[in-house]
Amino acid sequence: MFRTTLKALAVLGSLVAFAPAPASAAGETIHIPDTRFSFDGIFGTYDRASAQRGFQIYKEVCANCHAMHLLSYRNLRALGLTEAQVAAIAATVQIQDGPNDEGQMFERPGRPSDRFRSPFPNPQAARAANNGALPPDLSVIAKAREGGADYLYALLTGYGDPPAGVTVMEGMNYNRYFPGHQIAMAPPLSAGQVEFADGTQSTLENMSRDVATFLQWAAEPELEERRAMGIKIILFLTVLAGLAYAVKRKIWANAH
Amino acid sequence: MSIGLHNSDIPNPVLRWIDQRMPVFTMMQKEYGSFPTPRNFNYFWNFGALAMVNLVIMIATGVFLAMHYTPHTSMAFDSVERIMRDVNYGWLLRYVHANGASMFFIVVYVHIWRGMYYGSYKAPRELLWMLGVVIFLLMMATAFMGYVLPWGQMSFWGATVITNLFSAFPVVGEWIVQLLWGGFSVDNPTLNRFFALHYLLPFVIVGVVFLHVVALHITGSNNPLGIEPKGPQDTLPFHPYYTAKDSFGLVIYFIVFAVLVFFAPNYLGHPDNYIPANPLVTPAHIVPEWYFLPFYAILRAVPDKLGGVLLMFGSIAVLFVLPWLDGSPVRSMRFRPIARIAFLLWTVAFFVLLYCGGKPAEEPYVTISRIAAAYYFAYFLVILPLLARLEKPLPLPESIARAVLGGGPLPGGAAAKPMEKA
Ligand code: HEC
Ligand code: HEM
Repeated sequence: MFRTTLKALAVLGSLVAFAPAPASAAGETIHIPDTRFSFDGIFGTYDRASAQRGFQIYKEVCANCHAMHLLSYRNLRALGLTEAQVAAIAATVQIQDGPNDEGQMFERPGRPSDRFRSPFPNPQAARAANNGALPPDLSVIAKAREGGADYLYALLTGYGDPPAGVTVMEGMNYNRYFPGHQIAMAPPLSAGQVEFADGTQSTLENMSRDVATFLQWAAEPELEERRAMGIKIILFLTVLAGLAYAVKRKIWANAH
Repeated sequence: MSIGLHNSDIPNPVLRWIDQRMPVFTMMQKEYGSFPTPRNFNYFWNFGALAMVNLVIMIATGVFLAMHYTPHTSMAFDSVERIMRDVNYGWLLRYVHANGASMFFIVVYVHIWRGMYYGSYKAPRELLWMLGVVIFLLMMATAFMGYVLPWGQMSFWGATVITNLFSAFPVVGEWIVQLLWGGFSVDNPTLNRFFALHYLLPFVIVGVVFLHVVALHITGSNNPLGIEPKGPQDTLPFHPYYTAKDSFGLVIYFIVFAVLVFFAPNYLGHPDNYIPANPLVTPAHIVPEWYFLPFYAILRAVPDKLGGVLLMFGSIAVLFVLPWLDGSPVRSMRFRPIARIAFLLWTVAFFVLLYCGGKPAEEPYVTISRIAAAYYFAYFLVILPLLARLEKPLPLPESIARAVLGGGPLPGGAAAKPMEKA
């Protein structure tokens, strides 16, 4: 009886203590709705087609303002793009290289081994082009926000008119899910903005889901390998636990 | 002991040759083979071995991380992400190391709790207990500095808040803070020295763990009944009985560890630490890692800075003198009906502090922290000393063997039934 109470206490304590704190700003708690993604759950995987479309959206829209300097073009192979496709994508940007034998810096077309080219040379330039606001690097943004991909989807679909009585500052935009509700980024996506080769409708919801999938992959490219390994290891350990327990029982059989 | 070859009975001739000149195999056999161990351990006695394994895991993964990590403010964050992306199984190394720190604290907290519940800190094991508290302090220092290394927002601001605490001390405060920083703010020199110390301290821990085990093997282990073994009928050789039992516990520990690493690697972390450190942007809430939260809550429960710092350090310092605060000769709480309840309440207070430490410093959390902190100290400084005089303990069993193998009613009722058959 006492021991059960004790265990219940420990479990309860740890549950309460580790319950993830909801995102809050200025004392207000913002509820981030749960969005269904292909990578949800322990068996979830990345929907490659969706992530590819997400990359296209990033390249055509977000990359005008946001860097992703931790990714290289070669990483896109993991999304199912061929070597030739990756080389072609890399070649569309000009990368500064050098110095050459004359000591000069020069520009050359990008290669698969290059990191994604950043839109601005430094944060100051990024701010100057964005009314003083800094568009954050998106490489690990899905790990850097409470709610992860759910938050990204909510943010991108969460623009709208402010409720009555709320005034939005000059150059800011109202967003239901951004902490504080005033965000310097204008709504980046609108229906029909991007044309997908696979015929997918470019609704705001579709595009938001695709770009959130892409950003989740960018932040956790190891996710599928990690889970697959985890399942094998836990199955193995479960069997091993059974064996270890049997051995222990046998050894202890005559000791008590 | 006379000079000359050690009289070895190791059968293998090569090993015997070594053993005669350096009797490490005889020692292992004595300390881990035939070592007489109380026969009535429950699974709480697994946690020392688990902590040892955990320490080895931390050092093994840490050394490989260090081969790829760059301790410079402009490169640290990216170098950690590079480990995650470009180093073969780098994500595994890093997630095992980061979650290994959490596992280490879970294991050590249970280990300490076990010691407090079964009175393992009492004579003759006071020094053993104090060495344990030293290990705990070193672990906290190591984990704190490790958390600074990835140089995210929480790394930077956590380091700033915690190092700043030392400035509360009169006269030497400023000097200590500058020494920690290597300058006038948390910056590159801070990162560099933290990395050097983060590499060093685990090996200091290994040394203290060794002393901890030496002390253990002089006094022998305590056990759930808290009475000393009186003869061979009360003990079992460590091998194969406890090697087998520890192995089973170890596999369960690995399962919990694997669930964290493979399915929730960032659950115990903070998303802000994936934002590169920025001295110009303060996060909305600066929270240390979960395992520091009880002490953080105590710190913030006191309105005065110096008072808070002293109380926070006091909350650990009090553990050092626990063997002398609790004068009751009865070790195990199984035979101390009042102290047991007082201690369970202390456990609740600890969890309450952990919870409040993660909340913003506002009402009602501040008041709740104050009550819990008051009880935390009252347990050590008032309740235990008083109970040592006032409490009437239950009758102790005659011997371990009698209690475990039957022959007479089990003392302490059902609770005294050992967990072996569970
Ligand atoms: C015209 C420039 C611009 C474009 C295009 C743009 N953003 Fe932004 N974005 C910004 C700025 C500026 C901020 C900083 C907002 C702030 O801090 O108030 C920002 C912030 C963000 C944030 C961080 C929000 C937070 O929680 O702090 C995310 C996520 C984001 N953008 C995603 C995107 C995505 C996805 C796209 C493409 C679909 C995109 N952005 C396109 C300028 C842009
Ligand atoms: C007592 C044992 C140890 C503890 C408790 C510990 C704890 C930690 C913690 C909490 C982190 C931050 C994890 C994160 O969020 O990224 C960390 C990082 C790190 N540790 Fe350790 N550590 C230990 C031993 C070691 C050893 C022995 C080494 C090197 C020989 C080492 C090298 C590193 C490196 C290079 C990092 C930065 C990479 C990273 O952040 O993942 N650690 N450590």
